[in-house]
Amino acid sequence: MISLDLLLNAVVAGVLLGGFYAAVSLGISVTFGLLDVVNIAHPVFVILGAYTAFTLNSAYAVDPLLAGVVFAPVFFLLGVVVYRIYYTSFESKGESSQAGGLVFFFGILFIVEVALILKFGVDYRMIEASYVGESIHLGPIGIAFRLLVPCVAGLLMTLLLYVFLGKTFYGRAIRGVAQDSLALRLMGADPVKIKTLAFGISIATASVAGALLIMISPVEPSIGRAYIGRAFAITVLGGLGSIGGTLAAAMILGVAESLTSTFSGPSWALAVSFGILLLVLAVRPAGLFGRR
Amino acid sequence: MAEPLLRVEGVVKRFGGFQALGGVTLHVDRGERFGLIGPNGSGKTTLISCISGTLRNDGGRIFFEGEDISARPAHQRARLGIARSFQIPRPFHSMTVQENLELSLDYAARHRATGDHAAAALDILRMVGLDAKARVRSARLTQIEMRKLELARAMAARPSLLISDEAMAGLSSSEVDDLLTILLRLNEAGTTVIMIEHIMRAVMRFSQRIAVLDAGEKIAEGPPAEILNNKAVERAYLGE
Amino acid sequence: MKGRWLLVLALVLLVGAFVLTRLVDNRYVYFAAYVVLQYVVLATAWNILGGYTGYVNFGTGAFFAMGVYTSVFLIQSVGAPLPVQIVAGGVVAGLLGLGIGYLTLRLRGTFFSIATLALAVVLQTMIINWEYVGGAKGINIIRPAQAPFFSNYVEFLFMVMSLLAIGSVAVAWLIEHSRIGRGFAAIRDNEEAAECTGVPTLRLKLLATTVSGCLMGVAGAPFPYYLSFVDPVSAFNLSYALNSLAMPVVGGTTTWLGPVIGAILLGTTQQLATVTISSELNILIVGVILVFFVVLAPEGIVGLVRRLARRADA
Repeated sequence: MISLDLLLNAVVAGVLLGGFYAAVSLGISVTFGLLDVVNIAHPVFVILGAYTAFTLNSAYAVDPLLAGVVFAPVFFLLGVVVYRIYYTSFESKGESSQAGGLVFFFGILFIVEVALILKFGVDYRMIEASYVGESIHLGPIGIAFRLLVPCVAGLLMTLLLYVFLGKTFYGRAIRGVAQDSLALRLMGADPVKIKTLAFGISIATASVAGALLIMISPVEPSIGRAYIGRAFAITVLGGLGSIGGTLAAAMILGVAESLTSTFSGPSWALAVSFGILLLVLAVRPAGLFGRR
Repeated sequence: MAEPLLRVEGVVKRFGGFQALGGVTLHVDRGERFGLIGPNGSGKTTLISCISGTLRNDGGRIFFEGEDISARPAHQRARLGIARSFQIPRPFHSMTVQENLELSLDYAARHRATGDHAAAALDILRMVGLDAKARVRSARLTQIEMRKLELARAMAARPSLLISDEAMAGLSSSEVDDLLTILLRLNEAGTTVIMIEHIMRAVMRFSQRIAVLDAGEKIAEGPPAEILNNKAVERAYLGE
Repeated sequence: MKGRWLLVLALVLLVGAFVLTRLVDNRYVYFAAYVVLQYVVLATAWNILGGYTGYVNFGTGAFFAMGVYTSVFLIQSVGAPLPVQIVAGGVVAGLLGLGIGYLTLRLRGTFFSIATLALAVVLQTMIINWEYVGGAKGINIIRPAQAPFFSNYVEFLFMVMSLLAIGSVAVAWLIEHSRIGRGFAAIRDNEEAAECTGVPTLRLKLLATTVSGCLMGVAGAPFPYYLSFVDPVSAFNLSYALNSLAMPVVGGTTTWLGPVIGAILLGTTQQLATVTISSELNILIVGVILVFFVVLAPEGIVGLVRRLARRADA
């Protein structure tokens, strides 16, 4: 008989984790879902964000979430630079250069990860913040603050992005740029600038997501790789182009992983994302709420 | 009455919520010269893609030489003898012009092409006027030359049905005549041709029968003279 | 005929390798040469899929490790000889390639690449949980007491890898000059047009992933005897993924010669550099070189040389 307490706690932890996973996957949801750019290096930018939060936290005792937000503009600029290189080298040259684009991001992935190893070493790093060790209890369910804060932040980020894409001019332009750049040009907006803006925003989210990551658990440079599978599984399951779908899928994955981890052992949790990805691709590639 | 070479029955194609083809029925007889016209967005290229197999139709059936090919992948349809040129040229850019054609002979025409592929490729290139550029990498051709390459590559497949998708757009008057002559000669030698064009004088001169599509439906079909005088066709093109 | 000359060259190289084992005694030379030759196989294997058809495989480590662990399993269970291990490793890795291809190649190429990334992670997890082949802590492998024909086992493995390297390059050469190779190129240049020109794109892509995966498994099969110790970290090492991709990109992806040049250049420099710089810095440099080439010189060294030759002609 499976303990109900255990089950409930696993589900709750999964939901909380899901909110955080949404924060990590939003960037990919934008770049892969809306721009059709396969930035597999996105998770390593999240790790970079985690390390910037760590640096500010250990040196100046800055709250990690604050650090993540403060550094978001810097990450935005980084995203702009990266996209400019990507665009001139690959996207502008037509569809057969897509393979080159993939290789490009693969190289970036290695460069950033190894640079972090060289600077920080492979020891786990963590942050100190007053609320991180606390938790609240609702009956048999324990909710750790270090999971709750990232979850809430993730939900907030999703909401903000959803509103931005739906209600603002630039947001709607980003929505439309993949499908109809001609219409955009006629409206006076430069499709390349719009795409650059979108990519910059996606990397900016990585800054905040990284701060959330280091709140949840200590980091070392190679843990980003686990998130590549997760983020793409979430984006595909949710449906390319759907921000709400990304959130729903993140929750689903979070709960699935949590249950697997609790009942089959933590080392299998990673296989869950891959399994979900393959399942979705085989059965319904458009995902839950995808438009194509 | 002989079985038509191509029979399209009630073909439906949807993209998400948008219906591109709403049940199109037509047939093309062996050896015929068939024109397909209609305003932009009427579904001509979609229909062609369904026939060639690039797209799968959501409803209806497609028969080629009496056989239902609706479920067959595009490469099998090419082997059976359906060849199409693309509206926006898609050359194999790392290969030379000649190699582009040789690929067609190697694969689509595998059971129909006999003898030396290189010589056959050069013959076709001579017909379209590209033989001087045989050894040039196809990525370096001009737009017009790429159009001709598209057509030549389709011809190299030795098809029984050749579908030419707006091959003449942007060509000069004499170039249009050149291509028309090539297509007429092909047809005389036995190839059935479906021509999609916006250049009316070419379609009218070339076709024995014309079908008109508008918003995914066939609104008229008949010999050129009839189509010219058809009010529905006029409305479709000029609006009301 | 160019092919015949290459065959002669291959035989000369083999004989040369054999002569080397008679003359040089320094074990380190063979250890290092083995690694470079291994990379010739891996880079060539990667390029058959990535360079010829344009489908990027990020999971070389997974296929390589399949070869490694098939050997470990065979050694532990039935004590199979090396040739059997090599064939088995190739078969298992080839099936893996077929499987992942079958699941993802009907969709866009990007999904295939993402799947290969995730594949490595999942397989590593499975191996870590499999105690029979050592699990997370690894396993010690005892080499056979006597090396056939050679005085020591490392020299023997060096010859084996030389054979495998030449064999895989031969496979690449044969593919490149065949109808299938032209079909691969058509897929790379424009898959939709290739399909409409009668090329059975799905079938050819599956062939490419199978052959590519198989050769990667073959490269991994002698690894347990080479290192005498196998653990998941070394078998699934990410430098295999990075290098097997960087070497063809640097050398040139459209022909068999590119991966060979890339493997020899990058492989040798890395072997020389391991004594002076840390392995992390090594990877960083390879990563930078990769990005440099893919952005500024995507046609690789072979392409650059060709361009210079054309300009000299003009």
